[in-house]
Amino acid sequence: MDYDKLIAPAAAAMRPSGIRKFFDLAAEMPDCISLGVGEPDFKTPWTVRDAGIRSLERGRTRYTANAGLKELRQEICRYMKRRFEVDYDPMSQVLVTVGGSEAIDLCVRALVQPGDEVIIPEPCFVCYEPITSLTGGVPVHVATRQEDDFRLLPEQLKAAITPKTKLLILPYPNNPTGAEMSREDFEALAKVLEGTDIMVLSDEIYGELVYSGQQHSCFASLPGMAERTIVVNGFSKTYAMTGWRLGYALGPAPIIKVMTKIHQSCIMSAPTTSQYAAMVALRDCDEEILRMRTEYDARRRLLVHSFNEMGLSCFEPKGAFYVFPCIKSTGMTSQEFCEQLLRKKKVALVPGDAFGASGEGYCRVSYAYSVAHLEEALKRIREFLTELKENA
Amino acid sequence: MEQLLHILEKNARLPLEDLAAMLNVTPQQAGEMLDQAKAAGYIRGFQALVDWEKAGVNQVEAVIELTVKPKKSRGFDEIAATIAEFEEVESVLLMSGGYDIQLVIRGKSFQEIALFVAKRLSPLDDVLSTATHFVLRTYKKAGEFFLEEDPDERECTVL
Repeated sequence: MDYDKLIAPAAAAMRPSGIRKFFDLAAEMPDCISLGVGEPDFKTPWTVRDAGIRSLERGRTRYTANAGLKELRQEICRYMKRRFEVDYDPMSQVLVTVGGSEAIDLCVRALVQPGDEVIIPEPCFVCYEPITSLTGGVPVHVATRQEDDFRLLPEQLKAAITPKTKLLILPYPNNPTGAEMSREDFEALAKVLEGTDIMVLSDEIYGELVYSGQQHSCFASLPGMAERTIVVNGFSKTYAMTGWRLGYALGPAPIIKVMTKIHQSCIMSAPTTSQYAAMVALRDCDEEILRMRTEYDARRRLLVHSFNEMGLSCFEPKGAFYVFPCIKSTGMTSQEFCEQLLRKKKVALVPGDAFGASGEGYCRVSYAYSVAHLEEALKRIREFLTELKENA
Repeated sequence: MEQLLHILEKNARLPLEDLAAMLNVTPQQAGEMLDQAKAAGYIRGFQALVDWEKAGVNQVEAVIELTVKPKKSRGFDEIAATIAEFEEVESVLLMSGGYDIQLVIRGKSFQEIALFVAKRLSPLDDVLSTATHFVLRTYKKAGEFFLEEDPDERECTVL
């Protein structure tokens, strides 16, 4: 059979991930060290794992309500109120999903019809664009810049809006740049959106991982924004629970209702064990979050300092667990830089253009690794740069 | 200071400059903090954590439980200090529960440790009884795994 003809064109047109290629190469190298991954090196806090085990021991192995366990939805609302001062009704405004990714998918599918434009600030997480394209939506990329601290500026947003604009994706704290938007930054965007019918998907999955004593502002907490915002959050990054596959969406009841309808058709309900574990995470793990955040923060400063010292200008990220050093001074493209570094020194970074064209000239470095691992990688990168200069 | 201690406890060999970056201070300040931590005795030493079994060097380790007679004026301190003076002894801890003092001792052979207990430890006036437990295998020590660690399997995802 000619599968090429059978596969739906929109699915066939999806680009393979630029990250995959590097990981495949790295996997073949025995002494390769990677700073590539986008998930915590910590294990899920023990109390949370234990709660999962206990739920299994008690035989809680069935589906839950489509929208998720009522008790978990209540816990989520309490948590969001406590941490971000936003009010949601557990019965109509919360949907528990299979990771934040499903929430993004559902939100886009619930809102976007063919021809609708979706504004996506770049560089960003690699899934917004393919999900948009699969629905027939048109991705409108807005390049954020290092000189603006990789924030989305109100004038950039204004310039991107057309009568066809349906949805704005706000990915802050940002993967891969580590950029964060302050409350004032968000307020400036809110002004642009006031009076329009543009919806906002605020992906705040890294909302607990904000450093230097700052606190993340939830976009829905801004006056007048809750009615147009779907907040996406989850347990993966905050509680080191990537493998549990659990996230959630919060938003206006009519939108959550439609998202729940799609969710019950294709997923039924999020994993039951994970939901029981997640309740404990929300209730009991503030100290664990603080411990992990403190550790990430020290690593973040180590990397920013080291890259700047090596001559790779590195913007100081305020959130997530990535730094995004600029490699333009080497005269190489991101792909060339990462490939040579991998071949010569066996260090795997992710080329910045994997996160959108505006990521060209940068690479993403994850600090979800032990300090000893980071030190070894930094040593090799330093050697690589020195050899580059000597051979120039 | 507390953060400095936390970082060093896991990574004692960090270059001063990197330590400073992690603490958000200048290298000079970090150096001063480190000196102060040593002078105040917050940091008792820097040692390599050796896996002697893996290195192929024969070593025997034992945990010894002691019950002792405390002194009227100095409690357990005197006998503990006496035992701590023995070179073979790695650690001396005053314990709650069924016995008083626990010590960890290392020697070249079972016999060496047995001799130490019989000839040096038991004869001490204040030692009432000893119970020696030989270590069969070390799985984890000072926070480090002594077994082969699971490989990092995090590369399987797109992001």
